[in-house]
Amino acid sequence: MIRLLRAAFAAAILLVTPAFAHNGVTHLGPINISLPFTRATLPNAPVAGGFLTIENTGTEPDRLVSVSSDIAGETQIHEMAMQGDVMKMRQLADGLEIPAGETVVLAPGGFHIMFMGLKQTLVEGESVTVTLTFEKAGTVEILLPVEAAAADAPTAMEHAH
Amino acid sequence: MALRTIRTWLWVAVVALALTGGTAAFLLRQSPPASGFGVADFDLVDQNGNPVDETVFVGHPSALFFGFTHCPEVCPTTMAEMSAWFDALGDEGADLRAWFVSIDPERDTPQVLGDYVSWVSDRITGITGAPDQIDRLADAWGVFHEKVPLEGGGYTMDHTASVFLLDAKGQFQGTIAYREDMATALGKLRNLLAKS
Repeated sequence: MIRLLRAAFAAAILLVTPAFAHNGVTHLGPINISLPFTRATLPNAPVAGGFLTIENTGTEPDRLVSVSSDIAGETQIHEMAMQGDVMKMRQLADGLEIPAGETVVLAPGGFHIMFMGLKQTLVEGESVTVTLTFEKAGTVEILLPVEAAAADAPTAMEHAH
Repeated sequence: MALRTIRTWLWVAVVALALTGGTAAFLLRQSPPASGFGVADFDLVDQNGNPVDETVFVGHPSALFFGFTHCPEVCPTTMAEMSAWFDALGDEGADLRAWFVSIDPERDTPQVLGDYVSWVSDRITGITGAPDQIDRLADAWGVFHEKVPLEGGGYTMDHTASVFLLDAKGQFQGTIAYREDMATALGKLRNLLAKS
């Protein structure tokens, strides 16, 4: 019985941590994911952005095809761009290509994970989990620490400067 | 140098000067805002449901922003920065008022706006109301806003992200661009407060 429990426990660990993180970088095959964060939301704000950096160390392009999270009714991949003084936002319905040997940054002012229909207020100091699915590398869970409402980067990164 | 070459170069200089002068005249003509910029009659409500019209901008300097609560980045960032401006100015900014005009009045009811803006400061007022009245105010400030459908039935808004600065007469004095650095923004606000 104990052995069975232990096996179940080990299996559970394997299920929830398919990738391993090292120095804040999560590895999923040739894909490295770093600098994850989101921002504290204002009262009643029904949306939030998620940010992280994706490096493809492989020789073949991959594609972030979907993102999901329990904190939101719908989670999408978006691109924001300023055209003059006008903010424009678009959903990337086909996902986001991560070219071979390149790094794609999801950061304020550009690509981001868009949480819509938030089920909870995002509180600074807490963290939220998102599941990223890549076309080739597969699926991985990432923990996004919640930073201040106007943060440009994870706090740990700012301290490293 | 042959006389002919000198003459050619002189003509080149004349043309260059004419172009520079023409461009300068054009730019100068464009730079001062038209006297009617930002002027509109409108009937809207604040976050408590109280009526708001064009007279609310008179009597104190203002920072005016157009946004919506379903905005993932520009609006919360600007709200957080406004909050930091109020903190940094302290008593110096006691006369300053801020306004968050919803360009998504369908979803931004007074109740929704209330909690949202109160997070920033008790001196920021949320404005919402009938879409045609919002349009009158937004159009007067040249504020672009357009609904963009999203997969799953929702929508987002493309919109002008600048903060407009108004003097105590409610007249346009300048803008603070999206993500303008704190020192520049504070300089502009102090300048506005000094003039008002």
